[in-house]
Amino acid sequence: MDYILTGLKEAFRLLLTFDRETYTIILLSLRISGTAVLLASCLGIPLGALVGLHKFPGRGVITTILNTCFALPTVVVGLFVYLLLSRQGPLGMLGLLYTPGAMITAQTILATPIIGALSLVAVRSVDPAITKSAISLGATGIQTTLTVLREAKVAILAALIAGFGRVITEIGAAMIVGGNIRGVTRVMSTAIALETGKGSFSLALALGIILLLIAFLVNAGLYYLPRIRE
Amino acid sequence: MRKFIIRTHNLTKEYDGEAILKKVDLGLERGRIHAIVGPSGVGKSVLLRLLNLLEEPTSGEIYFDEKALKENNRLELQRRMTLVFQKPVLFNTSVYENIAYGLKVRRENRRRVSRKVRKALRVVGLRGYEHKRARNLSGGEKQRVAIARAMVLEPEILFLDEPTSDLDPRNVAIIEELIKYINEKFKTTIVIATHNIFQATRLAHEASFLFEGRIIESGRTQEIFTDPKDRRILKFIEGKIIF
Repeated sequence: MDYILTGLKEAFRLLLTFDRETYTIILLSLRISGTAVLLASCLGIPLGALVGLHKFPGRGVITTILNTCFALPTVVVGLFVYLLLSRQGPLGMLGLLYTPGAMITAQTILATPIIGALSLVAVRSVDPAITKSAISLGATGIQTTLTVLREAKVAILAALIAGFGRVITEIGAAMIVGGNIRGVTRVMSTAIALETGKGSFSLALALGIILLLIAFLVNAGLYYLPRIRE
Repeated sequence: MRKFIIRTHNLTKEYDGEAILKKVDLGLERGRIHAIVGPSGVGKSVLLRLLNLLEEPTSGEIYFDEKALKENNRLELQRRMTLVFQKPVLFNTSVYENIAYGLKVRRENRRRVSRKVRKALRVVGLRGYEHKRARNLSGGEKQRVAIARAMVLEPEILFLDEPTSDLDPRNVAIIEELIKYINEKFKTTIVIATHNIFQATRLAHEASFLFEGRIIESGRTQEIFTDPKDRRILKFIEGKIIF
């Protein structure tokens, strides 16, 4: 019980005293996961819209692959990206291993199927009459797709939230391709693992609470933003 | 030979092997109001969706200004016409944005869009509704928004699929007046699908009676419903065909 109370106190102390290392870790986590979700959105949302709104051969296969990748183990993705980026790997010349770039790559791979599969469900749940109505009013194919995406915006936002939740908390890939280097690739999840390993449960718990708090604030922001705009 | 803005030849539509429309031959004259009349479920909505290019026919041809569909640019053709659905399909946004939609996808400038939308709102009796959420309106108001959204485009051809079937008498009257206004003001060719012969008689210059997927009689509306040549139309008028 003491651990929890001490952890809570420590979490607030670190946040309120603007502890430099804590804030470095928080900002790096947000930068890496935010960029990964942005890239995954650029890939996943069009993919979901394409598969959800158009009939073409192989559509069922793509849907099955997307749904399967939903459950991609983070360590497997980490290993895959490691092999790609290691010195002998096909992309070794980029020198990305143990950099935030490698972590962004791994997290993008993790988030894309989640955002893609949930976007697919989101556009399929829009009344098909909306598509017909847009076409009847003279919209082109792209304009019709954008209209359907706008209609599905709350569900698409839920897809982004799910994708963000997946990557901000993952540890396997971040540890393998990032290496948990202090000030360079140490993010909240890897820092928690490190502090737990060292027996600094209070600090680990404090970081855990901060991680939860940040996930809550980001999700709340994403959820309420469109409502405020409306 | 008469020139039609739309003409169909042997137009057939099947769903899962079942023919809903069977070799429909239809000619629609420019600037006229044409009613497609018939009991529910005979294929009126399907015919409108085919003419509006929202679905592909199983076989047969559609000619626009006597040019086959493949000789036309599909998007250009699509933008010459629009369809108002039986249940108004409004986007989940404001009334203004709904009415402006067709103009915006045509990349009309903002000032022109604003002027046209405000004028349309005045005509349909919804001035001051610009910022209301379209989906929160009543059924009649929603249908007026849908008609305003079509009207601002000043289409050459306007398809209306049972536009008053779920409305109260006051909204029916308002919408019928709007239909006449659009036809007279913009010389729009209007094709209205309805099961209501009184509405067809009030609005349409010509009518075609659709029964079990076939056009069984076409001609001047008054003549068709006062002196029908086909006994099935007479039965329909007398209420002996249940729909």
